[in-house]
Amino acid sequence: MRIKRYGVGFAALAVASALVLTGCSGGGASTSTTSANTTAIISTNGSEPQNPLIPTNTNETGGGKITDNIFAGLVYYDEKGAPQNDVADSITTTDSTTFTIKIKPNEKFTNGEAVTSDSFINAWQYGALFSHTQLNSYFFADIEGYNAESDSVLTGLTKVDDQTFTVKLTSPQSDFPLRLGYTAFMPLPSVAFTDLAAFGENPIGNGPYKLASTGAWQHNVKIDLVANPDYTGGRKAQNGGLTIKFYASADAAYADLQSNAVDVIDQIPDSAYQTYTTDLGDRAVNQPAAIFQSFTIPGRLAHFSGEEGQLRRQAISEAIDRDTITKVIFEGTRTPAADFTSPVIDGWSDSIAGSDVLKYNADDAKALWAKADAISPWSGTFQIAYNADGGHQGWVDAVANNLKNNLGIDASGAPSPTFAQVRTAITDRTIQTAFRTGWQADYPGLFNFLGPIYATGAGSNDGDYSNPAFDALLAKGSSETDTAAANKDYQDAQSILFKDLPVIPLWYSNVTGGYGTSVSNVHFGWNSVPLYYEITKG
Amino acid sequence: MAGYILRRLLQAIPVFIGTTFLIYFMVFALPGDPIIALFGDKTPNPAIVAQLRQQYHLDQPFIVQYLIYMGGIFQGNFGVSFSGQPVIEILARTFPVTLRLAVIALLMETIAGILVGMVAGLRKGKLFDGTTLAISLILISLPVFVIAFVAQFVFGVQLGWARTTVGDGAPIQDLILPAIVLASISFAQIVRLTRSSVIETSSLDFVRTAYSKGLGRRRIIPVHILRNSLIPVVTYLATDFGVLLVGATVTEGIFNVPGVGNTLYQAIIRGEGPTVVSFVTVMVLIYLLVNLAVDLLYGLLDPRIRYVK
Repeated sequence: MRIKRYGVGFAALAVASALVLTGCSGGGASTSTTSANTTAIISTNGSEPQNPLIPTNTNETGGGKITDNIFAGLVYYDEKGAPQNDVADSITTTDSTTFTIKIKPNEKFTNGEAVTSDSFINAWQYGALFSHTQLNSYFFADIEGYNAESDSVLTGLTKVDDQTFTVKLTSPQSDFPLRLGYTAFMPLPSVAFTDLAAFGENPIGNGPYKLASTGAWQHNVKIDLVANPDYTGGRKAQNGGLTIKFYASADAAYADLQSNAVDVIDQIPDSAYQTYTTDLGDRAVNQPAAIFQSFTIPGRLAHFSGEEGQLRRQAISEAIDRDTITKVIFEGTRTPAADFTSPVIDGWSDSIAGSDVLKYNADDAKALWAKADAISPWSGTFQIAYNADGGHQGWVDAVANNLKNNLGIDASGAPSPTFAQVRTAITDRTIQTAFRTGWQADYPGLFNFLGPIYATGAGSNDGDYSNPAFDALLAKGSSETDTAAANKDYQDAQSILFKDLPVIPLWYSNVTGGYGTSVSNVHFGWNSVPLYYEITKG
Repeated sequence: MAGYILRRLLQAIPVFIGTTFLIYFMVFALPGDPIIALFGDKTPNPAIVAQLRQQYHLDQPFIVQYLIYMGGIFQGNFGVSFSGQPVIEILARTFPVTLRLAVIALLMETIAGILVGMVAGLRKGKLFDGTTLAISLILISLPVFVIAFVAQFVFGVQLGWARTTVGDGAPIQDLILPAIVLASISFAQIVRLTRSSVIETSSLDFVRTAYSKGLGRRRIIPVHILRNSLIPVVTYLATDFGVLLVGATVTEGIFNVPGVGNTLYQAIIRGEGPTVVSFVTVMVLIYLLVNLAVDLLYGLLDPRIRYVK
């Protein structure tokens, strides 16, 4: 789960000023590009990393944008999210439980050290060890020997030779190779372990870029990266370097884009939703991202379990007019949900059996609600909890209005001042209302949207959902060796979710962004981050 | 004089202890667990959360946390942010930027405000006076973020006269636009204060005496009128300097100034106790010092309230 922090607070102010500014924007057309300059530095927006730049401890977008560019893992994801070998020569398995990984010879870190099996094994051992409290440690949970409560060695990692090692998992996980492109699985040079705090300040990697110099990370200001000439993988930089400027708000970044002070941004501020397509023309980007938004109704709430619960959940889902809300409130920067995953993920489908409950149907919703009332009459208010510092009020109020008008019940939002407060109440299960939930994928696979959230006892199963039939289909998908067959199982598993609706799917967040006139070949990856190595400037 | 300064400095000690205690308590009382929030929408493994809470002493009762923090301060250790940087380093990096911004803004508003206010006061009821009053009224009634966004859009994006955000190293030329925004509202206040004070002083007996004994306007205006009109203005400037040093959060955010307000805002959002408390503590100390400096400055302007002994 990559955490994205929005420039909260400023959003509200920005909306007001947008009223002043609307209409004073000039159009812009993309210019024809001259010959690209391979030494040009691309500049982009980012945010100050919240943790030292250690891959196993980087779980938010600010740090992830940097670590993904200065490290190369076994695989990387191309624009479509398909895994391509990066450092890996081959990853093979016969049973989806034991994987043999061969890495390319002559790969090295920017300090000259060779990238070997040990670079991976040591980094993973470090990241998984309990007492190191790495934020990404749960990524190693499927490897044999992992222990979430005390220090324990990953016995499943075995070195064969400098170029080969094997990974043994505790259960079949067909998408394990797909996960290997995530930040947590990057290799580390041996120098990292002598002083990890110092390393996190000036990391040494093996990726398409490297730090321009010691101290290139200027806290709260920017980080300067330059192309790594020794990088040999498929992400070879087509430019001379990358400067990531840290912005406190999306508004500031957008103002810089308009004045050509920054080349590429991957977040349009709310205040510019109405104007950015005219401001930027065909340099505006708005496409679905691997972010699924929903609200969770825990089964422990009165009236929301058993058959009555199913009826009420379906009624609520059908009472929500997703098309209108995404159009009016989000100006088309959200895409109405058609499943529980995301359209950018291989295996996504908008025609899974049961997905009709996502279609707006006020009459049917009313009928379903009445049927539930026949089982046990409804009383009270339906509330959706959210954090007031995240810009959620608009859509929560709109959804509550839908429920009020279409079901004839009392419904409202239940704001808490801070994100920490809501998450704490959710985590310790003291929350007694429905609550906002969202999921940004760690790696481009259907399983990542399902297993961690809806499997019985899973880490992020905030609603304590449990259905043995669903668990069985997930396990079946995990043990397949053929991706298409696995995806079919995951789609079948979603049919069960459509019946039970442990969460009410709302929409997919889009990535909104834009780029300046001096750069070209700008494409956004599956994870909403531009593929910086492809960008040319000249 | 020296004794007075010493006494004032000693008074700062209980204020320091009291404010750190209060602020620490307020951060502690913030609802929600910042460690859980570190994991975003993902529910963390409880054992890891427990370990991290221990690492930041969040599992201790409030008074123990506070004593650990104060103990650190007396050893020059202001704590560590979640990203592992010593808070003292963050302060050392952000404070000069904000200080520069505040000084530029203060110079602008002081010079422009006093000049315009004085002219308006001396020409009471004339066209210049009326226009000034109208403009200052508009400036006062506009929220600072509106001025900031409009200035950024017009001068940064459309005209290209200034950079839209503050660049690397926060050079002075980049800080001029945000400083103008910050100065604009105080400028209006200073104009009004100076104007009314000048009008009042001009009608006092000693000014008429000065005129009647034949002194020229060049001597009367700066020495007799202005000097005696400045006490309320100086009081305002002092508080405003304090506000500029600690309260430019909105403007710093809009222009992406890597200063104190911006950093403090992010720290509050993340619930980083040590960063918030240390920042606010330093701000309180600055406020105390600025106030002391102003009290001393009064004596220079008006010998009647000079501290003798």
